[in-house]
Amino acid sequence: MSVLDILAYPSEQLKKLSETVEQVDERLLAFIRDLEETRLSGPGAVGIAAPQVNVHQRVVIVDVSNMKKPCENHGHMIMINPEITEWDGMAMGREGCLSVPDFTGNVIRAERIVLNYMDETGEKHEITSSGFEARAIQHELDHLDGLLFLDRLVSRRTDLFQRKIYK
Amino acid sequence: MNWSVLTLVGADQQGIVAAVSKLLFEADCQLAEASMMRLGGNFAIMLRVGHDASADLKTVLAPVVDGMKLHLHLDEDVPASPRHIEPDVHITVYGADRTGIVAQVTSLLASAGLNIIDLETAVGGSAEQPIYIMSIEGHAQQGIEALRNAIKNLADDIEISLTEIDTLRA
Repeated sequence: MSVLDILAYPSEQLKKLSETVEQVDERLLAFIRDLEETRLSGPGAVGIAAPQVNVHQRVVIVDVSNMKKPCENHGHMIMINPEITEWDGMAMGREGCLSVPDFTGNVIRAERIVLNYMDETGEKHEITSSGFEARAIQHELDHLDGLLFLDRLVSRRTDLFQRKIYK
Repeated sequence: MNWSVLTLVGADQQGIVAAVSKLLFEADCQLAEASMMRLGGNFAIMLRVGHDASADLKTVLAPVVDGMKLHLHLDEDVPASPRHIEPDVHITVYGADRTGIVAQVTSLLASAGLNIIDLETAVGGSAEQPIYIMSIEGHAQQGIEALRNAIKNLADDIEISLTEIDTLRA
């Protein structure tokens, strides 16, 4: 296993479209192990996408189960060819990225998503994810389409007022 | 490279930013963080600028300072910015406009450990019934709970809400 180099913007490689994985073989599994080791070597990243290490295959890893502030989650997920099929609601949140060091910004994401993916054993999943985990998934899936959170920035001066609950 | 912080304020008019940045560019200056906005009828620029030790920013900017009647304040040799402090709390405040809102809110928050990183305010509503709106981002040095407890003591006519900023690191 090895820690791979993480590309940082303005690398053009981050803006490229990733290709569908046709076959899960030993080579891909070895890559996924390296990708995970790379994720864990950084400063507490909850996700990583293959193109961030210059591999343009539709593979991401997301795990928000170890957050300081616990949130709803599906544990550690290795997602191959993930696809979001439903979006619902919107929420503003602050995001940072291993490929954009020393900058964070506000991004609006769907509050709840439904997505399909295949895991590393070839098993297919359909899950509904919401909140922080859904944000992490959307952030990672963007990488597969050559998008960074910089492409979705909204002004720090824009605020979605918290919905007030009247009793 | 030396770093200076410059503040430019003057009556708002079209083309201030373009004129200022063009002069700085032509003098080989490098622009870093900036905050610019209209304040009443004025336009205010705060800007961190990197420049050669020999560059005299007052001379560089003289054409626009004189031509557009701007006030220039220069803080020289400001050390390069350390890694920015990450805000972990966002606070929104609003209420019928009256004196003392900012003083009361920020005093309470400061005593509970808030380090303000970004603050902006606006006056809205009608002329007869103005409302005051304030948005703060900061770092809760004694934790968010300390801030939550502190704001319980705030006057009833001020609405305040505090949201934790959970930055996604991906």
